[in-house]
Amino acid sequence: MQAGILGRRAVVRTARQPANVVFPLIFPMLLLAVNAGGLKAETRLPGFPTNSFLAFALAVPFVQGALLATVNANVEFARDIQTGFLNRLALTPVRGLVLLVGQLGGLLTIALVQAVFYLAVGVAFGVRLETGVAGAALLLLLEAVIALAFASFGSWAALRTGSTEAVQGLFPVFFVFLFLSSMNIPRQLISTTWFRWVATINPVSYLIEAVRSLVIQHWRWETIGLGFAVGAGMSLIGFALATHALVGRLART
Amino acid sequence: MDPHANSIEAHGLVREFKKGPRAVDGIDLQIDPGEIYGFLGPNGAGKSTTVHMLTTLLPPTAGTATVAGYDIVHEGPAVRKVIGAALQEAALDPYLTGREHLRLQTAMHGITGDERKRRSDELLARVGLTEAADRKIRGYSGGMKRRLDLALALVHRPRILFLDEPTTGLDIQSRTALWEEVGRLARDEGVTVFLTTQYLEEADVLADRVGIIDHGHIVAEGTPEQLKAEIARSTIEAIPADREQRGSLAAVLERFGAPTTGFGPGSVAVQLASTDGDIAAIVRALDAEGVRIAHFQIHEPTLDDVFLAKTGRHLEGAGEEVEEKQQEEPVSA
Repeated sequence: MQAGILGRRAVVRTARQPANVVFPLIFPMLLLAVNAGGLKAETRLPGFPTNSFLAFALAVPFVQGALLATVNANVEFARDIQTGFLNRLALTPVRGLVLLVGQLGGLLTIALVQAVFYLAVGVAFGVRLETGVAGAALLLLLEAVIALAFASFGSWAALRTGSTEAVQGLFPVFFVFLFLSSMNIPRQLISTTWFRWVATINPVSYLIEAVRSLVIQHWRWETIGLGFAVGAGMSLIGFALATHALVGRLART
Repeated sequence: MDPHANSIEAHGLVREFKKGPRAVDGIDLQIDPGEIYGFLGPNGAGKSTTVHMLTTLLPPTAGTATVAGYDIVHEGPAVRKVIGAALQEAALDPYLTGREHLRLQTAMHGITGDERKRRSDELLARVGLTEAADRKIRGYSGGMKRRLDLALALVHRPRILFLDEPTTGLDIQSRTALWEEVGRLARDEGVTVFLTTQYLEEADVLADRVGIIDHGHIVAEGTPEQLKAEIARSTIEAIPADREQRGSLAAVLERFGAPTTGFGPGSVAVQLASTDGDIAAIVRALDAEGVRIAHFQIHEPTLDDVFLAKTGRHLEGAGEEVEEKQQEEPVSA
């Protein structure tokens, strides 16, 4: 119940800041529109998995949206530390883990609302999910795992530094990972060796490919499973780091 | 009833930070149930660090302390159940309303359902925020924020209340309203109040007993009356009618006491050397020297005089430039 109320607070706080609502919805859609227009010739490459670059690129907003939600929510989390709001909560009998779960829960809700929006826009512009309604449901579940993966690292940064600036600094770092992934082209079609190698070791590639698989391919369990596994692994590592940082941050007896 | 039910005790409490001196350096406290204890000192003296230790937010480096009979190091959760605290920063979410803050705070204390609503409404009414309850905090004044902060500290009916500079930055009207509520809590509900302040008047008006802290040490402790009686020497302030006579005025007054500062420009002030200063003798001496006086005032001893006597400095402006807040980044080591 306490985690639910803390999560609700995170959602309400975001909903009352129009910039934190509009930007994560609009920016990925604009980037999608630009890429879909400028890169659609890619679909003529031999081995390209679909005729619609829009369908191919629709996976990217899901990851971008999770990143944006992460940065926004964790900037607020860091602000809670700076202003002493976390101390206020620490003075109550609530357990530290509940604070973290509440924070992540709120962020997850926001990321899922964004995902529904991206999906709706994609469908409105003619994207047809090859995996159907069940695929859409699984896509939202995958989005939750992706959001949790980024969010837990964001919470770790917020708790470790207690600095809004440091959390904001994550944004370009996350985006470097995004741009060095298979976001714009299938990995097997990347001709530059070093880029293909970086995209292969970049976990973000597997997250995007799993989302993409649900949109443009039939059930390819290997790709989907890998995406879930990478997301879950990142979540576990991030959550462990965040929990450790929380213990240090609270330092209450 | 447990004699320790609402008491605070500390023995040799110390807090060191990684970089810097000891913020709190071996303080002893004995605060009785229902007492309002004023912890007076300049910025950087160690007030907030002491509060953070007593409220379990910061482990002490050395020493022991109990709050309501519970050890602050080994029984932290039990301490937190019986205390309320409004810390130095009125830490509120600008995007939530006052009522939403109360909903959150009551939930964190496990208060649910009808009791939550009843308690929230009662506290909003008590701090005069019923009408503003559904407005976002970003539209609240400083005084409203502080009153809400107090309400949040009271949701679970704490037996001991910690207030860390609760009136800093408030206008006199808001300050007085808060004093009245704090006084009522101690008087009517038997709540023990540990109040830090840098305002002399606040300590003087509100506190049953005052501890004066400087550089992490308690330099004086007692009721405001006791502390002032220790000094017991009045200060004479005078302004000459003719500015040319300022030197003559100072020479005459200094026959009766030591010069002191902190008064208006153009005035000369001395703290009388004896407790039974003969005002008539001063007036006669001034007359004999032909010094004409525009303003003559006798100041009774204040807590600032006590601070001056104990530390050699006035309380105002004695704060270190390094904010106490910066020192209090919790460290896990």
